[in-house]
Amino acid sequence: MKEIELHSQPDLLHDGEVPSDIRTEEIMLNMGPQHPSTHGVLRVVLQTDGELVLKATPYIGYLHRCAEKIAEKVTYRQFTPYTDRLDYLSAMNNNLGYALAVEKLGGIEVPPRADYLRVIFAELNRIASHLVAIGSYGLDMGAYTPLVYSFREREWIMDLFEAACGARLTCSYITIGGIREDVPEGWVQQCREFLDYFESKIADYNNLLSYNHIFVNRTANVGICPADLAVAYGLTGPCLRGSGVAWDLRKATPYCRYNEFDFDIPVGQGANGTLGDCWDRYFVRVLEMVQSVRIIRQALDKLTEGPVQTKVPRIMKLPAGVVYYEVENPRGQLGFHLVSDGGTSPYRLKIRGPSFCNLSVLPVLAPNCLLADIAALIGSIDVVMGEVDR
Amino acid sequence: MTPLEIIELLKKHDADSVVVAVADGPYPHVVITAEKLVKVADFLKTEPRLRFDLLRCISAVDWPAKNSIELAYDLISTSLGHAFAFKVLLDRADPQVESVGGVWPAAQWHEREAFDLMGVTFLHHPDLRRILMPEDWPGHPLRKDYQDVAEYRGLKFKP
Repeated sequence: MKEIELHSQPDLLHDGEVPSDIRTEEIMLNMGPQHPSTHGVLRVVLQTDGELVLKATPYIGYLHRCAEKIAEKVTYRQFTPYTDRLDYLSAMNNNLGYALAVEKLGGIEVPPRADYLRVIFAELNRIASHLVAIGSYGLDMGAYTPLVYSFREREWIMDLFEAACGARLTCSYITIGGIREDVPEGWVQQCREFLDYFESKIADYNNLLSYNHIFVNRTANVGICPADLAVAYGLTGPCLRGSGVAWDLRKATPYCRYNEFDFDIPVGQGANGTLGDCWDRYFVRVLEMVQSVRIIRQALDKLTEGPVQTKVPRIMKLPAGVVYYEVENPRGQLGFHLVSDGGTSPYRLKIRGPSFCNLSVLPVLAPNCLLADIAALIGSIDVVMGEVDR
Repeated sequence: MTPLEIIELLKKHDADSVVVAVADGPYPHVVITAEKLVKVADFLKTEPRLRFDLLRCISAVDWPAKNSIELAYDLISTSLGHAFAFKVLLDRADPQVESVGGVWPAAQWHEREAFDLMGVTFLHHPDLRRILMPEDWPGHPLRKDYQDVAEYRGLKFKP
């Protein structure tokens, strides 16, 4: 008989009490597409032997909205609002990635003030996105309170977005050539107040969730992803750094003057279990929020007066050619493969969603997990189906 | 390494595999022959001076005017920090190419997407199924000559 490996909870099988060669009937279990812990319309078909998962097959496409086909029918500037809806929790970062791809192909320069404001908004959105990830991960693990706390802080960021561009989620604020309009009077001061307030709250999350005994037991040593596996499957963002790889595009190939800022790349240490487990992936997000606060403070200090938008025609034409541009999104590297034939709309726009690649490792990590750990695993990968399906 | 050095290294390794080399501009890349795809991919990943360990994206582009489908593989090295890309050109009527899933497992889902939306067949792929569209969907939607479906399982669509 096959020896059952239970790396997630090694002391579950006590010698003499439960025979380790016991087999039950294998059943197929359908999880999703409507399920509270799949974070959207992800469907996973699980083959289980009792509580043990033998095989997990993800089925995606339930939120496929043909973004790449639409891109071929609209002008370059008209596509910006569609990028909001890729990873709908980090619209600013998506706008930024698309704008930078078009600007690189078109050779468009952006004024310095716009660059710093782009960094400020991208990092604010990173904090907001990680707050959702952390809060909802606590919810997946049975802790309701952290969600309320993290949404309280996120609300302030949403107010800052609303003050700047009138929208909370679908911002379309970072546009080709700069940003849509300058921030209103007093906005910088409000942003500084938020940073002071937010920095003092991070200890609360750690006390409530990060070092919570039950939470650590649910997430440490679960879904271990070694560094070589993470790189081989194209994992990026907190999922890759949680495995101990210090790889961040903001450092490796800096864009938007990220090279002017002083910040660290937090990586997983295996502090509560094994390197690359769910807890490591979770905790990297907490540490990244601290670094984002550091970056925003420096960018606010450097913010100079001046224009925020280069003049770009409404119906613009790009020279024929190809470009591939990637930015570091909260969930990993968002890439745009943009092909132009010299016309007014993209000839082809392929979008590399970081969640799409991160999710592809799920069938490798899930076998030999307990059924209840699947929620821990999916939550720690932190997928947003909007950019998996596009 | 700069794109020029990478191209020279590739040509030194196997000059026959490189068809076109573009060293400057916004997108430095080489076009390689489809037959040598897996060998070149393996070289790019294992050569100590290159070490392209992270496959970022596989993008399929349809060119009806050139009667070809182009696959672009975008790479970056997490240890050395340099980036590069290579392309293969396939026959539009019957696009077939070897899978690089054995070199970079990340390719598997990208290849399924290219199969689903562009109709490229990847040989020796462990699980080549549609990924975004339903299993029984007719046609490949990102082809330039794709005709919108009028009806699907009793659902009628207005043009």
